[in-house]
Amino acid sequence: MKHTLAVLVENRHGVLSRVAGLFSRRGYNIDSLAVGVTEDPTISRMTIVVRGDDRVLEQVVKQLNKLIDVIRVTDIESEDSVDRELVLIKVASDVNTRAEIIQIVDIFRARIVDVSTKSLIIEITGNEDKILALEKLLRPFGIKELARTGKIALTRGAKKV
Amino acid sequence: MNTGKICMSEFTNKMTGARALIECLYREGVDTIFGYPGGAVLPIYDELYHSKIKHILVRHEQSAAHAADGYARATGKTGVCLSTSGPGATNLVTGIATAYMDSVPIVAFTGQVPSSLIGNDAFQEANITGITLPITKHNYLVQDVKELPKIIKEAFHIASTGRPGPVLIDIPKDITTEEFEFYYPEKVELRSYKPTYKGNKQQIKKAVEEIKKASQPVIYVGGGVISSNSSESLLAFAEKINAPVTSTLTGMGAFPGNHPLYLGMLGMHGTKYANYSIQEADLIIAIGARFDDRVTGKVESFAPNANIIHIDIDPAEISKNIEVMIPIVGDANWILKELIKETEHKQHSEWLAKINRWKKDCCLHYVKNDKLKPQFIIEQICESSKDAIIVTEVGQHQMWASQYFQYTKPRTFITSGGLGTMGYGFPAAIGAKVGMPEKDVFDIAGDGSFQMSSQELATVVSSDIPVIIAILNNGYLGMVRQWQELFFSKRYSSTCIKDSVDFVKLAEAYGALGIRVQKQEEVKPAIEKAIASKRPTLIDFIVECEENVSPMVPAGAAINEILDLEVKK
Repeated sequence: MKHTLAVLVENRHGVLSRVAGLFSRRGYNIDSLAVGVTEDPTISRMTIVVRGDDRVLEQVVKQLNKLIDVIRVTDIESEDSVDRELVLIKVASDVNTRAEIIQIVDIFRARIVDVSTKSLIIEITGNEDKILALEKLLRPFGIKELARTGKIALTRGAKKV
Repeated sequence: MNTGKICMSEFTNKMTGARALIECLYREGVDTIFGYPGGAVLPIYDELYHSKIKHILVRHEQSAAHAADGYARATGKTGVCLSTSGPGATNLVTGIATAYMDSVPIVAFTGQVPSSLIGNDAFQEANITGITLPITKHNYLVQDVKELPKIIKEAFHIASTGRPGPVLIDIPKDITTEEFEFYYPEKVELRSYKPTYKGNKQQIKKAVEEIKKASQPVIYVGGGVISSNSSESLLAFAEKINAPVTSTLTGMGAFPGNHPLYLGMLGMHGTKYANYSIQEADLIIAIGARFDDRVTGKVESFAPNANIIHIDIDPAEISKNIEVMIPIVGDANWILKELIKETEHKQHSEWLAKINRWKKDCCLHYVKNDKLKPQFIIEQICESSKDAIIVTEVGQHQMWASQYFQYTKPRTFITSGGLGTMGYGFPAAIGAKVGMPEKDVFDIAGDGSFQMSSQELATVVSSDIPVIIAILNNGYLGMVRQWQELFFSKRYSSTCIKDSVDFVKLAEAYGALGIRVQKQEEVKPAIEKAIASKRPTLIDFIVECEENVSPMVPAGAAINEILDLEVKK
């Protein structure tokens, strides 16, 4: 089962390794991790996507809460939240394929941010399904490089995590 | 002529980081620290030279951490240890891990290479905050001397509150020599650390209902009862609801060992009647205990008929190993007082009668013959000094010390329960004796364990710390040998250590008193001589070499599948 955890932490050195250590110790692979400062500059927000046994995850969440630098941990349910990821994809393209790729990019409301004679860089923002679909369509052209930010998420409505 | 500069300095309270560290320790009420000097902590040791804080010089940094731990367990105060950077710091690791596993409040200070060299593989550099990340409750690398007082204040607060544990502060050398305006915060403000002390009233209400319904309850207590100073409340509670009490290894002494409701220890080497009681109970009230695998045996068959109430200050312990019906997170003492108020008197005469029959039929016993038995020695120590503090190493002697000494007060049995650290006992006994000088302090040791910290004989002699080391010398790494006998067809691989050293001569070489005992009738006089001598004393008891710890639940079995081992002999 996949979980998206929003972890509010003190914006201090060493916090990331404390958090990551709790996952690695239990053999939990982190699917993605995004960290950035919040509206309060003393607090950072980590969005961690993990997959695994619910019981083990419950233990990890409790252990996270025990870390002195962790302020709050919330398991964000996908139906009540908005989540996004930004991905840059460098895809091989030449005169013959460029038009076709641009067409696909348009359908996905993605953007082309770099063009050369042999490649294009495409920027896409969206949820996981949308990004996967684009990746699948671009794969036949030859994806040379791909970088993703990791998922970030906010719960819907006025309430905060 | 004094210049205005010095007056100014007094007025403004300017001092170095090293001086500030000592100042902070004063303000935290620290009277003793255990440590070992080195290059990175020279400025701190220079300040200690003329400070009122007693510094006990150990002979290995691991002992400094164990001694701080023993001091903390014996006194209830936070223990403090100090080492230099690199190897000094890494030598603390086993001691810190031991304290972490048993939730003991210690603050460990380590020197670090100067800030400008950190990360350069400098001489005697180790990333000790990284290394101790999973074995500390929290740790700090001081990056600005101005933050040092706040960090120390927080460290003592974190170590001693909530579920206690070790905190490490790593201080680069340049921080200790830098001057700054000293200011000690009166209060700690940590938005992310607020332990729950008051138990949830609704949960307490549910617990009261269950206690009312139960006809075969058992109270199962752990080290949390001792660290929260809840022994009196526990006694009052147990007597009010007339429920028998069993204890974990680290909970020994939380409930008086001579009380009719006491069942002794449960689990792998617990009493049969404690284990039978757990298996037949309809309600288990766990207090400050964590359902460790040495307690539960096969988890699926642990307490099959019981509903479980779990009282613990650490929410992460709830339903970690075993699903519980009613968790109550909070301070054990606070919750017990509420329970005493809310529950009604109960009798359970049938249940207690059944338990008393078990107690009669399957009490702890060993074969008494003309040989010198380790269990007999423990009984004799108990007779000669019933209020002693007993500290142990790890192995067979540790189990006998838990079975055959009657602990009636908290903080009188000190042992490495969670990590199971051989070599813990002697330095921890040093800490206990320094903290409680008026008590007799025994390190019950095995000949294997003792050799892991024997260099501390120098410490006890030079600092005049009269602990008594009772080595139950069987010439084996006995607990491992026992498992090899039972589960590896007596192939004693690397467990025979016979004649490795003459312990009496070793003690004498360091200037301690050494006594060898080979016969039953010599036991009591030796113990009494050791107590009367007021000197560090080592007694080498040459005991029956293949005695086993009994009874025993084999690993992976249910705790009622408990075997008598000495029957075959």
